[in-house]
Amino acid sequence: MRASTPEKPKGAAWLVLGAAVLWLALTILLPLITVFVEAFRQGAAAYFAAFQDPDALAAIKLSLQVAAAAVPLNAAFGLSAAWLISKFEFVGKGLLLTLIDLPFSLSPVISGLVWVLLFGASGWFGPLLDKLGIQIIFSYTGILLATILVTFPFVARELIPLMQAQGADEETAAVTLGAGGGDIFWRVTLPNIAWALLYGVLLCNARALGEFGAVSVVSGHIRGLTDTMPLHVEVLYNDYNFVAAFAVASLLAGLALVTLAAKTLLEWRFSGELARSARH
Amino acid sequence: MNGRSAGLAVKDVAKRFGRFPALKGVSISAEPGEFLALLGPSGSGKTTLLRVIAGLETPDEGSVFMEGSDFLAQTARERRVGMVFQSYALFRHMTVAKNIAFGLSVLPRAKRPSRKEIAARVERLLALVQLDGLGGRYPGQLSGGQQQRVALARALAIEPRVLLLDEPFGALDAKVRKELRFWLRHVHDETGVTTIFVTHDQEEAMDLADRVAVLNQGRIVQVGSPETLHEHPVSAFVFDFLGAANRLPCRLAGDLASFDGFSAPAVIATGAPANTTAWFRPHETELSLEGPGVTVSVVSLVTKGGAVQVECRDGDGNGYEVDCARAARPAGLAVGAQMKLRPRRVFVFPEPAAE
Repeated sequence: MRASTPEKPKGAAWLVLGAAVLWLALTILLPLITVFVEAFRQGAAAYFAAFQDPDALAAIKLSLQVAAAAVPLNAAFGLSAAWLISKFEFVGKGLLLTLIDLPFSLSPVISGLVWVLLFGASGWFGPLLDKLGIQIIFSYTGILLATILVTFPFVARELIPLMQAQGADEETAAVTLGAGGGDIFWRVTLPNIAWALLYGVLLCNARALGEFGAVSVVSGHIRGLTDTMPLHVEVLYNDYNFVAAFAVASLLAGLALVTLAAKTLLEWRFSGELARSARH
Repeated sequence: MNGRSAGLAVKDVAKRFGRFPALKGVSISAEPGEFLALLGPSGSGKTTLLRVIAGLETPDEGSVFMEGSDFLAQTARERRVGMVFQSYALFRHMTVAKNIAFGLSVLPRAKRPSRKEIAARVERLLALVQLDGLGGRYPGQLSGGQQQRVALARALAIEPRVLLLDEPFGALDAKVRKELRFWLRHVHDETGVTTIFVTHDQEEAMDLADRVAVLNQGRIVQVGSPETLHEHPVSAFVFDFLGAANRLPCRLAGDLASFDGFSAPAVIATGAPANTTAWFRPHETELSLEGPGVTVSVVSLVTKGGAVQVECRDGDGNGYEVDCARAARPAGLAVGAQMKLRPRRVFVFPEPAAE
């Protein structure tokens, strides 16, 4: 369904449009520009020197390692959940949907704190883990758990509406044509959701690399060890090392821009796909 | 067990969904090459029966045998039934040719035909469904009627033991429905595959099928050729479902149904009580200005082709439909006219009128 061609704005419409653009410029564009201006305030040499610091490199590496585990796990989980919810009827479906949405409504600080309450030194399982010599809080594992919890809904939320709209008809047809589970997933289900899946993974990845609140609670801020990129930005800023802080921040901002570009590209591609199936 | 027969044999199949009994002990068989229609209102269990045969639902009781082998012991995947859905259910990201080839391409390597053979079979099927040259299109680029023909070709590609169609033309407009109806019959006659067809459209069932099974509330109420169903309906439900119906209270006397001051020959189903309801078709009803009959006033007149469809109402507000040939239009017929209505022939049944 295509909306009728919008009219050219005039009079009051121009005013509203102008206000909106100004607002966007002030709240989004200006901070974004500030990041890059501050990062390059003392020239390119100082900018690149910020990445020679072993602590900065460690933070980048840790963030990538966390995302490398959290994103595939949440992609797999999101795909399974969306598949269950859209292709089957079962008791507790509403509850599962609510649970998937929970991290969206939860303050990230809480998403971090729950792990401390569970696995921290004085948490429920703290003494047991201590005896076994396993450390979760103030380590990679804790950061990963907090990140997974926060980024948990992105893939599932992207897939569920699409898969619900598509229904299970094609899969049912594939079964009657003699296809097994593997053939059905790889040749029928996955191609129908590939773009939405990629989009969800991109969003999930951006959030996994950028998460501050939840990670801050569980990380313990050990420089060069448990500081992720966003945490390292805070550390540098508190040290009055503004150029380095904005340099690392510029990486995150750059990631956001790349995600945005990829998202726009996908939406453009994806809308064609949706339009095609809508004409069905 | 009727397991030895060559075709399909469904026996005493029951299925509930929670507390709703969708099928209450249904038995039906289809001969090899037969074209069978399952006809009934929504909720009558016809689609559930089809899905049980396809293996998409498991019955609570009963048996399904195909060519002597136990169908219920096989999964949907193993049964090799061709299924066509109301929603077409084409693979939207595959071309028409890939859609048709799908069932062959998922066969285990040992049984899978070569690429060349598959391509040749796809070409033959495209020709059969009159879509030559459209193999490279995507489903979204085809009309509804074309998509449903692709779905049929896809189902036929696996050389199904039985072809199942679930309201295949339900989503199409009237003109396309009619075209596809005759075309489907043609494809059936050409391929000779045993076909079971679910519909709620009695005209469609009557036009297409060798035999029609009428379902109501989870039971088969009558099975027979279209002619049998028309000439010897077993219940008021069947009579009512198969077309427009008028009714009047009557008394039975021998082969005659007598009304107030007139009578008409009756087709009497066994078990009909003496005081009952006479059912009759609009085309077996007459109107005249004079003579015996129920006094009615004409509400509307519609001329359709060679026929005039008359709607009238008696003093108690009961409605009647009358069809008469345009050439034999009764004298004095006009909207608002008071006329006498008489059935030429009636049917009586053992049960009270079904709603």
